[in-house]
Amino acid sequence: MLRFIVRRLLITIPTILVVISLTWVLIKLAPGNFYSTDRPLPPAVEKNIREKYGLDKPWYQQYGKTIWNIVRHFDFGSSLRYEGQSVNTIIWNSLPVSAAIGLLAYLLALLVGITVGSIAALKQNTRWDYGSMALAMVGISVPNFVLGPILVLIFSLTLYWLPPSRWAGFPSRNLILPVLTLSALQMAYIARLTRAGMLEVLRSDYIRTARAKGLSERDVVLKHALRGGLMPVISYTGPALAFLLTGTVVVERIFALPGLGNYFIQASLNRDEPLIIGIVSFIAITLLLMNLLVDIAYAYLDPRVRYQ
Amino acid sequence: MASEKNPDLIHTPPEMAVAEADVRSLEAGAVVRGSSLWRDAWRRLLKNKLAVFGLIVVVIVTIASLLGPYVIKKTFGFTPDYIPTDNPKLSRSFPPFTGPDGEFSWLHPMGTDNAGRDQLARVLQGGQISLFVGVISTLVSLLIGITYGAIAGYFGGRLDNVMMRIVDVLYSLPYVIVIIVLLSLFRSQTPRGQLVLLFIALGSISWLTMARIVRGQVLSLKNQDFVLAARATGVSGSRIIFRHLVPNTLGPVIVYATLTIPQIMLTEAFLSFLGFGVQAPLASWGSLAADGVQNLGIFPWQLIFPGVTMALTLFSLNFLGDGLRDALDPQMRTV
Amino acid sequence: MTTTNGNLLEVKNLRTYFETEDGIVKAVDDISFQLKRGETLGIVGESGSGKSVTNLSIIRLVPDPPGKIVSGEVIFNSTDLLLLTNEAIRKIRGRRIAMIFQDPMTSLNPFMKISKQLMEMTQLHLGHSKSQAYDHAIRMLETVGIPDARARAGNYPHEFSGGMRQRVMIAMALSCEPELLIADEPTTALDVTIQAQILELIKKLKSETGTSVILITHDLGVVAGMTDHVIVMYAGKIFEQARTRELFALPGNPYTKGLLKSVPDPTAEQGKLYQIPGLPPDVAHLKPGCPFAPRCDHVQEICHREFPPFVQLNADHYSLCHFAREVYGESGGTPIQP
Repeated sequence: MLRFIVRRLLITIPTILVVISLTWVLIKLAPGNFYSTDRPLPPAVEKNIREKYGLDKPWYQQYGKTIWNIVRHFDFGSSLRYEGQSVNTIIWNSLPVSAAIGLLAYLLALLVGITVGSIAALKQNTRWDYGSMALAMVGISVPNFVLGPILVLIFSLTLYWLPPSRWAGFPSRNLILPVLTLSALQMAYIARLTRAGMLEVLRSDYIRTARAKGLSERDVVLKHALRGGLMPVISYTGPALAFLLTGTVVVERIFALPGLGNYFIQASLNRDEPLIIGIVSFIAITLLLMNLLVDIAYAYLDPRVRYQ
Repeated sequence: MASEKNPDLIHTPPEMAVAEADVRSLEAGAVVRGSSLWRDAWRRLLKNKLAVFGLIVVVIVTIASLLGPYVIKKTFGFTPDYIPTDNPKLSRSFPPFTGPDGEFSWLHPMGTDNAGRDQLARVLQGGQISLFVGVISTLVSLLIGITYGAIAGYFGGRLDNVMMRIVDVLYSLPYVIVIIVLLSLFRSQTPRGQLVLLFIALGSISWLTMARIVRGQVLSLKNQDFVLAARATGVSGSRIIFRHLVPNTLGPVIVYATLTIPQIMLTEAFLSFLGFGVQAPLASWGSLAADGVQNLGIFPWQLIFPGVTMALTLFSLNFLGDGLRDALDPQMRTV
Repeated sequence: MTTTNGNLLEVKNLRTYFETEDGIVKAVDDISFQLKRGETLGIVGESGSGKSVTNLSIIRLVPDPPGKIVSGEVIFNSTDLLLLTNEAIRKIRGRRIAMIFQDPMTSLNPFMKISKQLMEMTQLHLGHSKSQAYDHAIRMLETVGIPDARARAGNYPHEFSGGMRQRVMIAMALSCEPELLIADEPTTALDVTIQAQILELIKKLKSETGTSVILITHDLGVVAGMTDHVIVMYAGKIFEQARTRELFALPGNPYTKGLLKSVPDPTAEQGKLYQIPGLPPDVAHLKPGCPFAPRCDHVQEICHREFPPFVQLNADHYSLCHFAREVYGESGGTPIQP
């Protein structure tokens, strides 16, 4: 088990460096600059800007400096667009926003998804099963940038129940619509996964044994089936995170929330090199570490693997 | 270790989540049985009402998108880009089925946008682009994935190990993020160029799982008798791969492709929504939705129509994919 | 508590059908048999003969859909199990009738310690507290011969060998001292040497506790040493039933004779192994007449036309065959007068 963790970490670190380098290379290769405008700048001004931001130095020096700062001090530099703010500060400030809606969305998705999926598996081929799976399919098919605005249309602009977009601190009604929008897709996937996992487990021999022992159906499901049936959901956590991430990007744009995703898009549109690298690196590290944690959890939860 | 034996268990991307157990068994090399009887499969498909519904809707939408703008041009005279410049009264956004003075009119079933362009025509043309991007990108990922997977599976050994390790590493990358960066940096000058960029970018997202599936199939098939027979008669390696092994993996490939198209369309849509995808004057459903969101409070139909059309199409494609999977091999199905 | 004629279990005209894509499969088609208290009944048959489904039907574990117990009676201690409510039958499962299955690896919950799986039984049926259940579980493990039971109780199923796992299954099944134990091919998945051990264990426990046993197998060798009565099933029907000794010595059915011939006899002179020619029938599409006709070496024209009668050859000996009396005679038996 320990060997496994160490081996994974050893792969993770170079991967992160590769991601950072790749991003850096892409930015450098791309035509244009962050300071480009429609009209060409006078050469003197351009020269000053380039000097100021160290863009006049040879590429290997720029690369080396960037990587060195990152590895040594975790310093990603300052944003080019948002004068004076360090990338780390921006990330630090915007992270809680994304984390809040992301976490809430995922928890909601787990709660609803697992329940609906389990019931669908238990009542297989009934109206409940078909209905909830069709609904799940709708959840997968409606893009979040369609769902979000429609929810806003209905609940904010027509019914006046909920406030429209804006960030208003952590526990506030402003969070309801973004969280709902974000969790819809996950809810649907988790419901389907749970159903599939439960159906497979419910067909297995040890469930037949549990029934032969005289256990009530409720105990069979809760005490025996759920454990194995939820394994697909657990292993889905990794990809779920990745998709929550791309989801937050859109949701934050639509609802004008100052989260990591929103800053990322802005940085990309602005060619804000340090900020782009900073956010991408942060995301890469987080995802890779989370995936590692999920793998560990999965291995731990399966006694066949844990006690090898 | 569970994750090393079955890396896909850990990193199943949602596009295959609905078929996760299938992927697991396919990659373990379970042989897909009975997929040679296409007619049987067709019959089973037809029994599945939702899949048939999906198929019908997809066909309708495809035909409408391909022929629609042409038909509209012939009957009403406007192209999707037609901006009525002569009459200022027409240069604004009308709700569906409404004319310039608020009276009922057949002219614009989906209303118009801010410049007076017919929404229906725009949505249909958007459909052209969305579907086109979806299909072509899927083909790109199919090509890469099948080739990669077939080679890895057939030659096995160290080559296979290395190739699959690469896949594992790539899998864990947050490459939608990287793609956004890519698209924002390499903005093409022409809309056509942007499309090509999109094909490459989107195609490179999905080939990983396809490679894995194909590899699994090839691994199980390559030890079967008919391959032995082919080799015994001196057929070369590459011929074996492409003429014997690949056709037998067709079943899962078709299913996965049908499920990939909506995923890619969704990705393209959200990229376009954010501004990184399709560029004006070309429009896809995603960019139409982006335009529509701007005026959500006042002209909600600008968002609703492209949005609902897209949702309907994706919905149908997903059901069709599910149905195909059930039809082509009931054994593949675990649900 | 037994029925008036001393039978613990009476199965009458049991029919269990499955609805499949290929049509209706009559897995169990009109089966009747009895089991006396304290006896062991063997049910022998090839795969697909319906032997497992029969036993699943007794405790109503037939997966529904696609299966369904269509008609019949299963009288256990004067109660028809098929008429009970779901709750009532659950009280009987595990407590009064216990079942063990073929593959102990997949039949035990891989995510649960075996101590917990054992404790579940007595906590549920006997109302044991946690510590009572635990002690009882350890005792059961020791009874079935798990060495170092106390230490190993906290292990997971995959940490045991195949034979040990089956012992655990037996321990679990007998936890509540059931009146009837149904063993569905308990040794098929095990090595031959372990097979003997497990069968000995079942025999020993049976004599100690007085539990009645139904033993399902495709292996006649297993039946010979273990059972009092035998039922031979084929294509969902009983083809022959008799006391074990009588069946082996004086078979009255060509199918049984074929099965007996196929048992490898190391002392036989001939080197070739005998196999009943042909394959078991497709139970979804049975032709009229005797299901065994295509493979039978006594077959005559009538066998393809008419379904054979259930002939009584002796006090407890019945055979489903047009020529039962002749076959019985060939074996050396004297059929009673009709």
